[in-house]
Amino acid sequence: MTDILSSYKREVEGDQPPLHYPDYKSTVKRNPARALLPLDHTLSEVTGPVFRERLAGPDRADLTTQHKGQPIGERISIEGWVLDEDGRPVPNTLIEIWQCNSSGRYLHPVDQHDAPLDPNFSGAGQIVTNAEGGYRFVTIKPGEYPWRNTPNAWRAAHIHFSLFGPAFATRLICQLYFPGDPLLEWDPMFQCIPTQAGKDRVTAKYDPTLSKAEWSLGYRFNFVLRGRDSTPWEA
Amino acid sequence: MARLTPTAWATVGPFFSFGLDRPDWRDLTKDGAKGEKILIEGIMTDGDGAPVPDGIVEIWQANAEGRYDHPDDARSDKPLDPNFSGFGRVFTDAEGKYSFLTVKPGPVPGRGNALQAPHVMVSVFARGIIKRLVTRIYFADDSRNDADPVLGRIEDKSRRDTLIAQPQGGNPAKYRFDIRLQGEGETAFFDI
Repeated sequence: MTDILSSYKREVEGDQPPLHYPDYKSTVKRNPARALLPLDHTLSEVTGPVFRERLAGPDRADLTTQHKGQPIGERISIEGWVLDEDGRPVPNTLIEIWQCNSSGRYLHPVDQHDAPLDPNFSGAGQIVTNAEGGYRFVTIKPGEYPWRNTPNAWRAAHIHFSLFGPAFATRLICQLYFPGDPLLEWDPMFQCIPTQAGKDRVTAKYDPTLSKAEWSLGYRFNFVLRGRDSTPWEA
Repeated sequence: MARLTPTAWATVGPFFSFGLDRPDWRDLTKDGAKGEKILIEGIMTDGDGAPVPDGIVEIWQANAEGRYDHPDDARSDKPLDPNFSGFGRVFTDAEGKYSFLTVKPGPVPGRGNALQAPHVMVSVFARGIIKRLVTRIYFADDSRNDADPVLGRIEDKSRRDTLIAQPQGGNPAKYRFDIRLQGEGETAFFDI
């Protein structure tokens, strides 16, 4: 076999949160105590699911039109590009999102926060990026909510995102935050990101040019997935 | 162009099911995939040995002939199976259990001239897991494990054994693969 392949770039120390972050208590018993084993990429790591429509299903990019009525809350759009570390667009990749409603309640049986469900808001959507790696969701701004990590702890407003990219190695699950949220300073989910630049990258930017007059506020958010290494190997 | 830094990982949290639920991604054989149909099942436990009832397991694998359905696997000597994507996702249940129906993958190339024994790539997510944990499932009754370059690099046999699914008989053939996130019998996880 003479196919020439290349690995994906390794994680740079200090770019990502640690596995164990005791301020977020659930990390303590749910991550390995032993060091991860090094693994050079093979065909198994540089390939990954291809989301043709049959596997992904149709886009559901507007979370405000999934029910009979309009959801309660502040209508927003979130748009941007999925890029790799070299700034190249990542087209045709599945993005899934999920979030709580504007009062801070998830459509989930275990969420018992005493805030109302919204019959017009489920809080889940998906889109496959276009040929330029672009995407756009319309939703409502999620609320803050309490959690039991520490007494009287509150999560900053956030939206969950799941992305695949071109390979098993490029998988990403992250959370988007909103600028100016006073809870960010106290939220270990946000504070576990080691650098200010890293925190800034998961904070959406308000962009007035993306707002629709009399209709919705526009935020910009770009994702960066791992890029390819320049050193090829033969498979 | 200057390097961009990858976006920081975050946990899926406890309340993902309504967003990530894909009942049709549990059975990778549902479209009539070719090959030996198998059931992979197991339990996910934490550092106290307690079941993890809010975990996600995703798998990625080659088809029965050992070909990945992906443009980077351009080997024309191994056929694609139009009825097999190679990708699956399930949640753990209240007892921490999960299962997939799939086909046993064929062997795939490693680096250089090495051949990798049949294996399934695994991603593990849960509340408390900020960054995905990655492991592999191999099959105990496959003699090609002895020459597998990834297994061969793991010197600690007890650790290597955590990657080996054990046959349980049955039809389709059942394999047991438990995921122990921490502590005794901790699953070997890879830094990819």
